[in-house]
Amino acid sequence: MFFKSRSFFYIRQSLSKAIIFELARKICTFGTPKINSISLKSRNTIIFLVLSLILIGLFIADLAWGSIHISLREIVDVFTGHKDNIINAEILLNFRLPKAITAILAGASLSVAGLMMQTLFRNPLADPYILGVSSGSSLGVALITMASATLPAVLVNSGWAMIIAAVAGAALVLVLVVGVSFRVRNSVSLLIVGIMFGTIAGSVVSVLQNFSNPDAIKLFVMWTFGSLSSVTWAYMQVLLPVSVLGLGIAFFLHKKLDGLLLGDNYARGLGISIIPTRFIIVIATGLLAGGITAFTGPIAFVGVAIPHIVRGVFRSSTHRILLPGSVLCGASLLLMCDIISQIPAYTLPINTISSLFGAPIILWIILKKH
Amino acid sequence: MSVLTTQNLNIGYLRKGKADTIQTDLHLKLQAGELVCLIGPNGAGKSTLLRTLAGLQKPLSGKVQIDNVDITQLSHQKKALQIALVLTDRVEIDNATVRDIVAYGRHPHSNWWGTPTGGDKEFVNEAISLVHLDDKAESNINELSDGERQRVMIAKALAQDTPVIMLDEPTAHLDLPNRVEIMLLLHRLAHTTGKAILLSTHELDIALQAADRIWLITKDTGIECGVPEDLVFNGSFSRAFESKAYYFNASNGNFSMNYPLQKKVWVEGDKTRTYWTLRALARAGYLVVPDSEIRIHVLEKSWLVGDGKELFSVKDLLEEIDRINSHKNAPQ
Repeated sequence: MFFKSRSFFYIRQSLSKAIIFELARKICTFGTPKINSISLKSRNTIIFLVLSLILIGLFIADLAWGSIHISLREIVDVFTGHKDNIINAEILLNFRLPKAITAILAGASLSVAGLMMQTLFRNPLADPYILGVSSGSSLGVALITMASATLPAVLVNSGWAMIIAAVAGAALVLVLVVGVSFRVRNSVSLLIVGIMFGTIAGSVVSVLQNFSNPDAIKLFVMWTFGSLSSVTWAYMQVLLPVSVLGLGIAFFLHKKLDGLLLGDNYARGLGISIIPTRFIIVIATGLLAGGITAFTGPIAFVGVAIPHIVRGVFRSSTHRILLPGSVLCGASLLLMCDIISQIPAYTLPINTISSLFGAPIILWIILKKH
Repeated sequence: MSVLTTQNLNIGYLRKGKADTIQTDLHLKLQAGELVCLIGPNGAGKSTLLRTLAGLQKPLSGKVQIDNVDITQLSHQKKALQIALVLTDRVEIDNATVRDIVAYGRHPHSNWWGTPTGGDKEFVNEAISLVHLDDKAESNINELSDGERQRVMIAKALAQDTPVIMLDEPTAHLDLPNRVEIMLLLHRLAHTTGKAILLSTHELDIALQAADRIWLITKDTGIECGVPEDLVFNGSFSRAFESKAYYFNASNGNFSMNYPLQKKVWVEGDKTRTYWTLRALARAGYLVVPDSEIRIHVLEKSWLVGDGKELFSVKDLLEEIDRINSHKNAPQ
């Protein structure tokens, strides 16, 4: 318990720090002379503030709502150390709080990974899974759940086994794609390579399913539904640093991402080395999408839909705006999905809710283009 | 003053370890304040040369020097401070305004955070005015015409503030007024800003008028450099563009088609109208020779043919001489 509250304290601290940093950053961006009209700049600042408030509101709502309602007063009490209702405090600290933080991390990571992929491939329909990351993860998980007859039970039953398998699967596909990315000069070819690796992994999963017993298949299918609540504090100690590292790399690359929008040749002409930049982008995407998928299962559509929403809202193409915008919007969307999934008596799988949100957005994009 | 020079430059592609050489032993000099047009038939290596000089592609051997520094050894970052590019790649960015695109030119100069240093804003504004897009500065680039887009990319290259600008077929896909305008713009920019501007083009006639110097590239004879008129006088153009279907017409700097000319005619009279009459006759297959029986006299508003018949349009003229010609040949 001591350990748990310590880590909770740490996370709360870092969260509030993150919010303060975010606000400070916004004030900074307000001052930095992004060459644009003043009205658009202050407009973006207001949007950033509104989105931050929405995110905080949704975060609190996500803590309060669920099968048991916990009032705002109780939440404040628990956070300030007055644990009168032990059960509610337990639910809040060890179930809902990590779940809400996972929602924020997953939403932010997948959105930023999606933004990077759309920029790298200059394709509006690219998403973090385009490089075969989720197929690789699902292959790893399928191997663990369905080929488990040959493995020791201890390994299979622990959650870590699934996570390690998912990470290993994602890493395997990613290593292959990165290897190819050094040889292939053309981004579109890389896209096709990623899709092909994903297809191969998907086929192997089908073959495995064909030979598996129903229980194992159910376990695997449950994983593909995605779940935010499977991330405990112990897992969080791995997930948080991985996500933050991936997001950090993405922010570090913001200027190069801007340049890539002009296309590979123009980007080279502006002094950007394409191959190393592409390599780092693929690594960051792998950390973000692979890490999240390993812990929560695949969460569809967030990665492809959010960047479009952000571009529409901020009316900008600058990654200095789009990256933090994607973090805020992605986190908010997934918190909202989590709240919605709690409404029925039985919790709905997060992957279906995010798809219900995402698919209409994809349709809208296509219809708008024609 | 030479800004960019090449020494023993061999260009081409490396395919599976084997060198596919396109041009060898090039010694080129690019002068400051000059507009240089790179022209030549397809496949002679225009794009390869431009890509090699721009550092997008490695030379097979030899040196490309700017200020006595071999740029093939420079990092992309340092190269971007020496050469700015305008390419044929289409730029499609959602939400990007003209100012945003031009501001990309400042990328190599700004720090990691992208905060503009010193006079970045002035550079961008100046570049936009130089290409006359002040009133469109806040427009979305997707709303611009092709000619305006090309001017935006030229402004981006200007904002990059490099001694050399290279453009790959900047007038492709443009209509005639825009082609002329872009060339005039580049000519003016080279002279007013003192930059060395190198561009590749297929527009021979416009290049001949606008270029201070031509690099004429051909498969067999390598690259000939010179003032356009000198290359016309010494017959380089005729040799470079030799073909059965057309010839380089040194009298007007254009390509003229080689029609099969079997029928003979003689024309004299008003200069401008004679020029157009000759074009029509050539198309109809008439060779102009002094000893022809059919004689056409070009007047200010009409044509007099042989026996004094006056005709008032080229259509009637062609019909009339066709009639005479067939009548003449009939009894034989």
